[in-house]
Amino acid sequence: MESTLQAVPQNWYLLLSTFMFCIGVMGVLLRRNAIIILMCIELMLNAVNLLLVSFSSYAGNAEGQVFVFFIMVVAAAEVAVGLALLVSIYRNVASTDIDILSKMKW
Amino acid sequence: MVISQLIFYTLAAFTLISSLFVVFSKNPIYSVLWLIVCFFTIAGHFVMLNAQFLAVVHIIVYSGAIMVLFLFTVMLLNLNKETEPHKPTLLKFGAVIAGGALFIIVIAAMRSSMPAPYVAPQLSEIGYVKNIGIKLYKDYTLPFEVASILFLSAMVGSVVLAKKERS
Repeated sequence: MESTLQAVPQNWYLLLSTFMFCIGVMGVLLRRNAIIILMCIELMLNAVNLLLVSFSSYAGNAEGQVFVFFIMVVAAAEVAVGLALLVSIYRNVASTDIDILSKMKW
Repeated sequence: MVISQLIFYTLAAFTLISSLFVVFSKNPIYSVLWLIVCFFTIAGHFVMLNAQFLAVVHIIVYSGAIMVLFLFTVMLLNLNKETEPHKPTLLKFGAVIAGGALFIIVIAAMRSSMPAPYVAPQLSEIGYVKNIGIKLYKDYTLPFEVASILFLSAMVGSVVLAKKERS
């Protein structure tokens, strides 16, 4: 079976990842639960990963895929630290609602 | 229609629908489960793009490690439909309109610079484990090693942050 590289134009990948990124932005704006917001950030990261992989595969350049590998590394570290922060916040205010966390607002 | 085109459209539809469910489902547990579906379809896209190494790493890291972490945290904090906070309806409409407007703006910006529909001339083999490994260990050795330091500091940091404070 041939891969999509010969059958699907790259524009479709551009459209798909743009749409996914916008869904992620919408989720960040829409939800108040901090965990869901973290998940929407993961969604945006994945949209960018998909775009990078599609460019690197279509252009035949391996650098994009190495970058995606490093993005995955950073995303894993980010999620670990972010969830630890959320757990310690939950311990203090017994909620993950971001509207409660307004002490830094002047 | 070629079969790989059909696979692409199906995968894309699944990706978009599951990511919409992530945003719009009321229960945080369902959001996490839909996110797992979304990650699996993205791994499918990677396979179709001939990036096998990244597809496997994506399944291991995202669907394995990160989603388990999310699920455990959601269950540990006992979040469910009743405790889920909601924004007022007006703000929800505003958020959806803002997201849609961002989509339209990015598409309009891309339209002027978008190249003609491009398909690769030949099958690229750069995504295979061997080729990525050669690239990673030859040209990107230093970033690879620095990433391990990042992981170590993230591990220590998350343990320090999540530990119960002694007062």
